[in-house]
Amino acid sequence: MKYQSQAVAKPYFIAAIGLFLGQILFGLIMGLQYVVGDYLFPAIPFNVARMVHTNLLIVWLLFGFMGAAYYLIPEESERELYSPKLALAMFWIFLVAGAATILGYLLVPYATLAEMTGNDILATMGREFLEQPLPTKVGIVIVALAMLFNLSMTVLKGRKTAINLVMLLGLWGLAIFFLFSFYNPANLVKDKFYWWWVVHLWVEGVWELIMGAMLAFVLIKVTGVDREVIEKWLYIIIAMALISGLIGTGHHYYWIGTPEYWQWWGSVFSAMEPIPFFMMTLFAFNMVNRRRREHPNQAAVLWALGTGVMAFLGAGVWGFLHTLAPVNFYTHGSQITAAHGHMAFYGAYAMVVLTMISYTMPILRGREANSRKAQVMEMWAFWLMTIAMVFITLFLTAAGILQIWLQRIAAEPMGFMAAQDQVALFYWMREITGLVFFTGLTLYIVSFFVKGEEARAS
Amino acid sequence: MSSAFTKSAARNIFYGGAVFFFLLLVGLSFDTMQTLPKRDNRENLNESAIRGKHIWETRNCIGCHTLLGEGAYFAPELGNVYTRRGPDFIKAWIQSQPTGVPGRRQMPNFNLTDAQLDDLVEFFKYTAGIDTAKWPPNIEG
Ligand code: HEC
Ligand code: HEM
Ligand code: HEM
Ligand SMILES: [Fe+2]
Repeated sequence: MKYQSQAVAKPYFIAAIGLFLGQILFGLIMGLQYVVGDYLFPAIPFNVARMVHTNLLIVWLLFGFMGAAYYLIPEESERELYSPKLALAMFWIFLVAGAATILGYLLVPYATLAEMTGNDILATMGREFLEQPLPTKVGIVIVALAMLFNLSMTVLKGRKTAINLVMLLGLWGLAIFFLFSFYNPANLVKDKFYWWWVVHLWVEGVWELIMGAMLAFVLIKVTGVDREVIEKWLYIIIAMALISGLIGTGHHYYWIGTPEYWQWWGSVFSAMEPIPFFMMTLFAFNMVNRRRREHPNQAAVLWALGTGVMAFLGAGVWGFLHTLAPVNFYTHGSQITAAHGHMAFYGAYAMVVLTMISYTMPILRGREANSRKAQVMEMWAFWLMTIAMVFITLFLTAAGILQIWLQRIAAEPMGFMAAQDQVALFYWMREITGLVFFTGLTLYIVSFFVKGEEARAS
Repeated sequence: MSSAFTKSAARNIFYGGAVFFFLLLVGLSFDTMQTLPKRDNRENLNESAIRGKHIWETRNCIGCHTLLGEGAYFAPELGNVYTRRGPDFIKAWIQSQPTGVPGRRQMPNFNLTDAQLDDLVEFFKYTAGIDTAKWPPNIEG
């Protein structure tokens, strides 16, 4: 660690991992409810488990992004963080707000929660991913603004590099587009239209900047490749991300009451969205092949390469699979969407946060890299989680193809519930694979407690 | 990448591209808003339907169902449920939940009043009238 204040990243990363574990537990509950419909009913209805699962995902990724920012911005700016105290205060505010929100979902009927938290003053709740009560949404904005102030002051007074500028720009974008979550018109078409300005413009827009900056930072550190080269790649990747992804929003405007020209705009531009993800794969492999040093943290190198590959598969390949309007007509809102959502979120954002954690955590704990033994365990965790996610995606894709065939294409279309019964086998396999994922995650957490002799550069 | 292509060239493409395509998105969105009155069935978005949307949101129905293909994939599509089932079925269905059939996916009972059920039905009538470019492929959603 070059600067003392980088240490504030540590609680952020620990919280991220803890919430990740919670996310997976609720994923497993839902996976079982898919096949044993009355499991835990009425204590935890499916929709409640789903809110917990997806909201924990978003919150832990945000913790990961923030921790990453507090670590890399001082190092890139070559100075201490403007205010480590503010960063720590925001950590606790965010953690308490997050925990209270999740408990609210679990303990209070949603309608009561809405009433208690002022949803009648400004109705924002009850939309997918944006289920948070108003005070939580306001809290997210406050935490984000305080962080942006803190980081911007640090960068303004320090060295400006492509990496810290892109990271900062990505985080500003994240905060700004989140503001659309406060706009919820009664007109359903408009509601849906601007809902995507949060969801799509996050994952296929500004988050790619954050991801690119994090990946570039770790690659510089573990490969020792010249900064000029890495930063040039970074700019090209994020340029392609926004050039394709902004108008690519149109792939969500095919069937929600918006004009039909979106079928053209959306198909053409979103068909180009895999390009930046493919470039990230090339980027990671290229830099590692051209490395000028053997970094002792081989686990971090593995995570960085894995992110490149899995982001391309999940976002690029599985995204392309259903993004053209004539295909999306059949796949829209099916298990294909779920398959893509899982591999894309895991492969891009979960893995880039885990890459950053893998690289920084040993340093935050006072060593360049973990012991060989701990790293081997971490790499086992990498393979278990990643391979499990590949199979979860394949099973959901199989379920999706059958579902579409039975319910939407067959001459005598089956009802939704009947079609679900037909594909139950795949849901069972998804659940079992989910247990493998859980095993991998457990091993990952255990790897933090494995001692042994510190690994050194060879 | 070749060294003739410099970092600052890459940076300029990024900033130029981002600004240009963001403005294009804003422009297309502006045009969309102009076109919507022809497609979004706003003439049927009455007070009752607006209340229905609020009930839909505050019960988190989207956490199990899709609506125009967006939401969760655990329970049937409801954007066209008004056409598929009709108002009476919808009301009776919501009132009689949960089915309690062992092992079958369950929908909670939300203890809605008759007026609230009417609002929900009005909301579904409004959603079913939105011009969705012929989606879903058939009545099953
Ligand atoms: C916990 C999950 C869950 C929630 C929350 C939920 N539903 Fe359902 N709903 C289901 C399931 C599962 C079915 C199909 C059950 C069956 O066929 O036995 C269903 C079926 C329906 C149907 C019948 C659809 C058809 O075509 O037969 C309607 C109408 C409906 N729900 C409306 C609603 C409304 C309105 C809300 C919110 C107030 C809601 N649901 C909330 C799970 C849920
Ligand atoms: C890391 C980046 C990405 C993430 C995290 C991601 C995640 C998601 C998620 C969670 C959904 C479901 C949204 C909902 O609940 O309605 C979704 C939908 C979709 N995604 Fe992505 N995505 C990414 C990149 C891409 C790319 C690059 C493409 C195209 C090439 C793409 C194409 C689509 C399409 C077409 C849908 C709509 C599916 C439907 O009609 O049901 N995605 N994405
Ligand atoms: C490992 C075990 C897991 C299981 C069993 C599981 C199960 C589920 C289920 C059943 C849903 C709801 C699908 C529906 O709406 O019907 C869901 C949604 C979702 N899960 Fe998971 N999940 C797991 C892990 C993960 C991981 C690791 C991630 C990402 C890092 C993730 C991200 C998501 C997302 C983004 C959604 C919303 C998808 C959409 O709207 O299309 N899940 N999950
Ligand atoms: Fe998208």
